[in-house]
Amino acid sequence: MRTAFILEAIAAVNDAVLNSEAELESLDREIGDGDHFINLKRGCAALLAMRDELAPLPPADVLQRIGMKLLSTIGGASGPLIATFFMTMAKVEKAGDLNSLAEIAAAFHASVEAIKQRGKADAGEKTLLDTLIPVADTFSRLTAVNAEPAQVFDAIQQAAEQGMLSTKDMVATKGRAAFLGERAIGHIDPGARSSQIIIHTIAELAKQQAV
Amino acid sequence: MKKFINNVDDILTESLSGFAAAHTDIVSLNLEPHFLTRRQKAENKVAIISGGGSGHEPLHSGYVGYGMLDAACPGHVFTSPSPDQMLAAAEAVHAGKGVLFIVKNYAGDVMNFEMAAEMLTFENATVLTSDDVAVENSTYTTGRRGVAGTMIVEKVVGSLAETGADLAACKALGDKVNSRTASMGVALTSCTVPAAGRPTFDIGDTELEMGVGIHGEPGRRREAMRNADAIVADLVAAILEDLKPTPGSEVLLLINGFAATPLMELYLLYNSAAKLLQAQGLVISRSLVGNYTTALDMAGASITVTLLDDEIRQHWDSPVHTAALRWQC
Repeated sequence: MRTAFILEAIAAVNDAVLNSEAELESLDREIGDGDHFINLKRGCAALLAMRDELAPLPPADVLQRIGMKLLSTIGGASGPLIATFFMTMAKVEKAGDLNSLAEIAAAFHASVEAIKQRGKADAGEKTLLDTLIPVADTFSRLTAVNAEPAQVFDAIQQAAEQGMLSTKDMVATKGRAAFLGERAIGHIDPGARSSQIIIHTIAELAKQQAV
Repeated sequence: MKKFINNVDDILTESLSGFAAAHTDIVSLNLEPHFLTRRQKAENKVAIISGGGSGHEPLHSGYVGYGMLDAACPGHVFTSPSPDQMLAAAEAVHAGKGVLFIVKNYAGDVMNFEMAAEMLTFENATVLTSDDVAVENSTYTTGRRGVAGTMIVEKVVGSLAETGADLAACKALGDKVNSRTASMGVALTSCTVPAAGRPTFDIGDTELEMGVGIHGEPGRRREAMRNADAIVADLVAAILEDLKPTPGSEVLLLINGFAATPLMELYLLYNSAAKLLQAQGLVISRSLVGNYTTALDMAGASITVTLLDDEIRQHWDSPVHTAALRWQC
């Protein structure tokens, strides 16, 4: 993994999040409490502001600082969950340089597992995990058979989209949407959608250049 | 949206600065990260720290002071504070006897306080408040929400901590008060999160949301507007079904406004609720009516009942000197 790629991904994700304002706010009003977009926007702005500080650092340090920064700026439930993802990525990256796509896939998988533990949640509960778990599985499965990078990233984007869409028909048992019971059915989870937007954006960038 | 705002991003800092300036004899404000502490650091006691999203004032900043909290960590509007706030607050108020976090049972609050507790280097414990009986389906693994009853836990535990009791005793009393406290709320209008700029949920002029949470999250069901006695009857029934008090039990009754309902109506609700509790043979020996755990500009109210015993009553009555709660001081 390269620091330059991470920095470009931050800028691209920031643009994508800002472009999704109306949609994310509307999803969150339907089954959440209206702060998801604001929190994401604040997190992206904080990361953009530290680009110069991150640029000279090795990827493991960059990921660790991103995690700590998001932890202290996002708040809510998203803060610890997203921060846990980056802090776990940093830990794995530090332990063994993530040079191959298969190694990055393994680190991604470990980081999603860490989110499951932090949030005491799993697939099927109408959360961001419904996007992330299928992505982690697809990522590992395709890199294990040495699939072409372009094919891997296409498949990741598809898995993220299907996972995100699958939350529409779920009853939530975690997070604020859980209080809606049956009334949450028919609405896509805002965290699943924002995760899918982020995954899609980074995969698109990865298709254009080496991770 | 029509609110008193300069810049949406500055709401929290400007509001906290005003709060600290208005109550300079009681609290000190720290910026970056945001937290409030007592003006005078207390010694030889367990440090009691609470926190949560802003927009619920006076919870929690209004309860910092003698007899209650040592520090409060305010997050952004309706958003949990982050672990760095809790760590910095804990460092500031720790007096050698450990730290007790009082946390409302919301996923974000629980996770952020959990991460802070993992990083903290000295003895700590957490009391999780979960007084809201509105969440009726037990399959909801998120569990019950912590709402207005949190303030009662803070008052009672704060009093015990003042006596020099140890961390385990403070934690045990907090858990006991929480288990003997039940709340349920009703909303007549939505709140409007300033950064979102429009109401969180749409509700008709002739509708109410029964069992609403303090962020405008939905409760049990959407219903047609009814008279106050009928609404109170439903709230009290849900609370009593949960608490199952025996006739003759002594209780504390709190009628809490969500901010946009006038005191006149809150006292009307008290009148209605008190009659129902008395009809059940309960003795209301302590009471409180006002805006104690609010939801920005939401119209509505919650009812909280705590089953008292000698220990809880004694700590409820003891001196308290905070911006929002003050007696015998």
